Amino acid sequence: MSQRRKEVISFILSELKPKGPIFTPFNMITAPIILIGLIIIAIRFFKGLGAVTNLSQEFPWGLWIAFDVMTGVPWAGGAFCLCFAVYVAHFEKYRPILRAAILSGLLGYSFYAGALVLDLGRWWNAFNPFIGNKFGFQSALWLVAIHFLLYTICEFIEFLPVVAEWLNFQRFKRFLHSIALPVIILGITLSTLHQAGLGALVLMAKGKIHPLWWSEFTPVLFFIQSIFGGIAMVIFEGSITHRVFSYRIPQEIHEKHYSILIGLARGCAGALFAYLVLKILMFIHVYGWNYVISKIGIWYLVEVVGFGFLPLFMLVSGARNEAINLIKIAALMAMIGVAISRFNYVFIAYKWYLPLSERYFPSWMEIWVTATVVLTEIWVLRWIINRMPVYAVEKEEE
Amino acid sequence: MNRRDFLKALWIGLISIGVRPILGRAENEEFTEFMGILVDTTRCIGCRACEAACAESHGLPVPDIKDTSVFKTPRKPSTQQLTVVNRFETEKGEVFVKTQCMHCNQPACVAACLVKAFKKQPYAHVTWDKNCMGCRFCLYVCPFDIPKFEYEKAIPEIKKCDLCWDRFKKGMIPACVEACPQEALIFGKRRDLIHEAKTRIYKDPDRYYHHIYGENEVGGTSYLYLSKVSFEQIGFRTDLGYTPYPEYAKIFIESDDLVYILWPVGMWLVYELTKKGGSQ
Repeated sequence: MSQRRKEVISFILSELKPKGPIFTPFNMITAPIILIGLIIIAIRFFKGLGAVTNLSQEFPWGLWIAFDVMTGVPWAGGAFCLCFAVYVAHFEKYRPILRAAILSGLLGYSFYAGALVLDLGRWWNAFNPFIGNKFGFQSALWLVAIHFLLYTICEFIEFLPVVAEWLNFQRFKRFLHSIALPVIILGITLSTLHQAGLGALVLMAKGKIHPLWWSEFTPVLFFIQSIFGGIAMVIFEGSITHRVFSYRIPQEIHEKHYSILIGLARGCAGALFAYLVLKILMFIHVYGWNYVISKIGIWYLVEVVGFGFLPLFMLVSGARNEAINLIKIAALMAMIGVAISRFNYVFIAYKWYLPLSERYFPSWMEIWVTATVVLTEIWVLRWIINRMPVYAVEKEEE
Repeated sequence: MNRRDFLKALWIGLISIGVRPILGRAENEEFTEFMGILVDTTRCIGCRACEAACAESHGLPVPDIKDTSVFKTPRKPSTQQLTVVNRFETEKGEVFVKTQCMHCNQPACVAACLVKAFKKQPYAHVTWDKNCMGCRFCLYVCPFDIPKFEYEKAIPEIKKCDLCWDRFKKGMIPACVEACPQEALIFGKRRDLIHEAKTRIYKDPDRYYHHIYGENEVGGTSYLYLSKVSFEQIGFRTDLGYTPYPEYAKIFIESDDLVYILWPVGMWLVYELTKKGGSQ
């Protein structure tokens, strides 16, 4: 037993070493960015949020919330969608990319939303929602926080089989297999709740969010956004990792790549269609045509038509004509559409009545820290893909 | 096997539903009546004595109240000033309006707070404490934009009027009310203040605009205002509606348990239905 333990430890130590060349262009560019980002983060902790951000009393939430949390979370929704497709609905076709989707979701959650700690003014109290008698049950944000935490644990358990395979823990892997389905069902339920919960955050900002965006249905909208945004992310990320990590991907997946992409495009288009139908209904409910002829109204059309209907048509036609590049561009546009929508709720359509001089625009340091978070995530992603059997095809055991 | 898995999932769901009401059980609440402050803006002379008294009693820098240049542009409460008086030019001449936390009957900030740092005290005071994690959700939702966050500090706090909660516990009236030389501010039971405000309007219908701001706005607030002109003219938002703000998020919070029940059951159905046809 102790022999085995020694083996495992020496294996992990050998895996910790970098593989491949160190001075690649990607590393040379991103390493300094990350280093400077860490310095900015240090300044933020020593001097307060005001020292690095443009946040104000009028705009309490900025880029870090809008991108890292509000956008990062729906973009990571691909994991629960594919879990549903493979484990619950038995679409075996997508099993080969399931692990990659779970990994990307898990990292997205750990990093983008982990970066939320940077935004917390009193971050040392970050565990207060879960400890002692400080549960704020009445708060939509509390529900988001608890479901988010529980789901991240679920997602970690969903990813553990890969780790078990990497370290060759057979018995542990069998145990994980036996609890897979309940964990996945719980995970999807928790995902629904925290994805929709983000939408519930804006409900109490009625009067501060432009009527074209504020609606009782935002929880439903946000949930659907996490479906098509998440699948779009799987398409987009898949098409990049497919090229970059080509050598790690078995022939079997390479062959299925196109048919998987087209299937994903169909799913993405379906959810996007449902979303846009709801958007139209909301538009009619608030007599949207009264607002359209204005700056903010045109911005609304850019979001809904330019980054909603347009990618929908591109996805449908791409799936029909098997035009892979069209699908990839459409996926990217749908993702941007989700981002624009979330930015609107956080600081663009929020307090739309304030003049430009009083409005929030992210500082370069906020943008830099966001880039740092994303790049660090890519580094970790690369480290894991190069070592763990993320793209190994798992055989279904019954 | 599958049934067992399903039952496991169901149990987890049921436990989650079961735990919440136990933990979230309402504490024993005695019936108390909300207190409040009636601001009669027709009496206010803009002396800013309330600003100075407020700063003094909260340990903040005391403003120079003889300086009238502050009236040039409307100010908002800040981390340094929990209450400010603004001057408005209206159709009926100058009106001075004191601004601070409204102490809503059902405050959005309290409903928003995920660590219960914001509390609605039994006598209407909306207070903040150091459980706060600084997420600023309260700033995001407050319909009156009242909570202020200390962005410039490494250890920041949220600053806002607490209706002199500490003084109240000692049996004293709020500092601003005590300082007001014009009796433009009166402190009392919210219900009595509404009677008083209505009496003033009935007795002198030409002097007052016939509305008590805060009687019903966002479900009612402890600060109540009388004015000689319509409230839009003196910097109030009149489009906030009469629905208490926590109501807007309630739909979601209550449908939570439904998702816990319906989702696992729905997924189990999908799992069973797609089992034979779907798998290879």
